[in-house]
Amino acid sequence: MQILTTSIGRKILMAITGQLMVLFVVVHLLGNSSIFVGADGINAYAKHLHDLGPLVWIFRLVMLSFIAIHGIYGIQLTLENNAATPQAYAVKNLSKATLSSNNMIWTGLLILLFIVYHLLQFTVRVTPDIVQGVDALGRYDVFNMVVTSFKNGGIAALYVAAMIVLFLHLNHGIQSFFQTMGWNNDKTLPVISKLGKVVAVVFLIGYSSIPVFILTGILSK
Amino acid sequence: MSDHKTMTLTLIVWRQKSANDPGKFETYTAKNITEHHSFLEMLDCVNEDLIAAGKEPIVFDHDCREGICGMCSQVINGAPHGGQERTTVCQLHMRKFKDGDTIYIEPWRAKAFPILKDLVVDRAALDTIIQAGGYTSCHTGGVPDGNAVLIPKPIAEEATDAAECIGCGACVAGCPNSAAMLFTGAKVSQLALLPQGRPEAAARVTNMVNAMKECGFGNCTNHYECQASCPKGIDVKFIARMNREYLKSLFS
Ligand code: HEM
Ligand code: SF4
Ligand code: FES
Repeated sequence: MQILTTSIGRKILMAITGQLMVLFVVVHLLGNSSIFVGADGINAYAKHLHDLGPLVWIFRLVMLSFIAIHGIYGIQLTLENNAATPQAYAVKNLSKATLSSNNMIWTGLLILLFIVYHLLQFTVRVTPDIVQGVDALGRYDVFNMVVTSFKNGGIAALYVAAMIVLFLHLNHGIQSFFQTMGWNNDKTLPVISKLGKVVAVVFLIGYSSIPVFILTGILSK
Repeated sequence: MSDHKTMTLTLIVWRQKSANDPGKFETYTAKNITEHHSFLEMLDCVNEDLIAAGKEPIVFDHDCREGICGMCSQVINGAPHGGQERTTVCQLHMRKFKDGDTIYIEPWRAKAFPILKDLVVDRAALDTIIQAGGYTSCHTGGVPDGNAVLIPKPIAEEATDAAECIGCGACVAGCPNSAAMLFTGAKVSQLALLPQGRPEAAARVTNMVNAMKECGFGNCTNHYECQASCPKGIDVKFIARMNREYLKSLFS
């Protein structure tokens, strides 16, 4: 099929899967922010999600396929690009490329590692820091679990670091999506680039605030 | 020009005997250069000194020397065409440099542009992309009236902006991925914008995009270095337009 073989076709697949993952990042942030309501907020939210039953599994498989498509094409694209530039310049004067745009493959792979760790920790719950229990209403106590883990400075720092990596990926990625889809011109590009950065900063601040608030004791049991 | 101060510059130039030679940098001194010399005239002076000394002159591409043919192709201090906005190497003047400067001069570097000798690369890959679809098929016959096909002025102007591309390849040379998206985007857009180009638009974009890959160019990751490198200021909006044309072609 055309779209799977040409460079623009594969980029479109990467862009769509990347952007759908960004939508997930939005929803996940909204869901997580229920932790600021306290145990009642996030434990209820988690229970609602789990009550969806098989839907949860369908959703997980879809997300898995997004990350697989995006990651495999990302690796292939980077390998091809390296092959297309066999000899580096002795002097290189980049004027538009950024720390973000130059390191998409590395920030992407680091996000992948983080996702594996994050799932083992809070979804599979097998990391040593995890405390399992139920709250007064018999719901799984997500609040206690998260707060206990983030009281550990190392874990909190790791989460903030991962969010900085995500910021770097999306700082370039969000505007890149619009260009790849062709939803762009000379008037929209500067605006979309700015908005993309703003959204990436919102994710950074929003997600990081949870471990930071817990570690500093602003949010506690 | 005796009333002008002259400059002495150190040039670090890529020398490569042939496609298979590994190549290396050589250092030269450019003497008696005035601010009125163009960059290529400066190299001419250095070459005259080299010839007088019985050495091989530095081989570089050039033709019109007035910024329209796209032949001159040098990466100067890490920027294709020297990095001055909308300027080809031949239109770059030595007043941009000062006495005592050290200047690195390298050829376009991309797998799709093999080096033939010194600073000369083979850019036939761009021709291959054009041959894949950068044209319109039309019947010969009487010349149609100029006003037979109406084209709104903004559209005509945008197509002309895209048509400014001189096929120099600086966009590839400046791209960290050696992608040819700006060149191909300009050609696809130029024809897609005009009614004469519409009938073949879908086949054109498919074939030209395939040709980019077959020629060994990289994939675009939207760094936008190409636009900064382009001596004609071709806008990356034409890459977005090509991506749009490509998406449309999938459903046609
Ligand atoms: C498996 C791990 C990942 C790898 C190896 C990876 C790699 C890459 C690479 C190489 C690019 C191309 C750079 C560009 O064209 O701008 C890219 C683009 C992008 N990535 Fe990722 N990424 C990963 C995970 C993610 C995740 C989890 C998200 C979202 C939360 C994401 C969102 C994006 C977006 C929106 C783009 C721009 C789309 C485009 O125009 O191609 N990526 N990624
Ligand atoms: S788009 Fe600009 S840099 Fe690329 S070939 Fe055309 S004129 Fe040269
Ligand atoms: S020699 Fe023709 S554009 Fe420079």
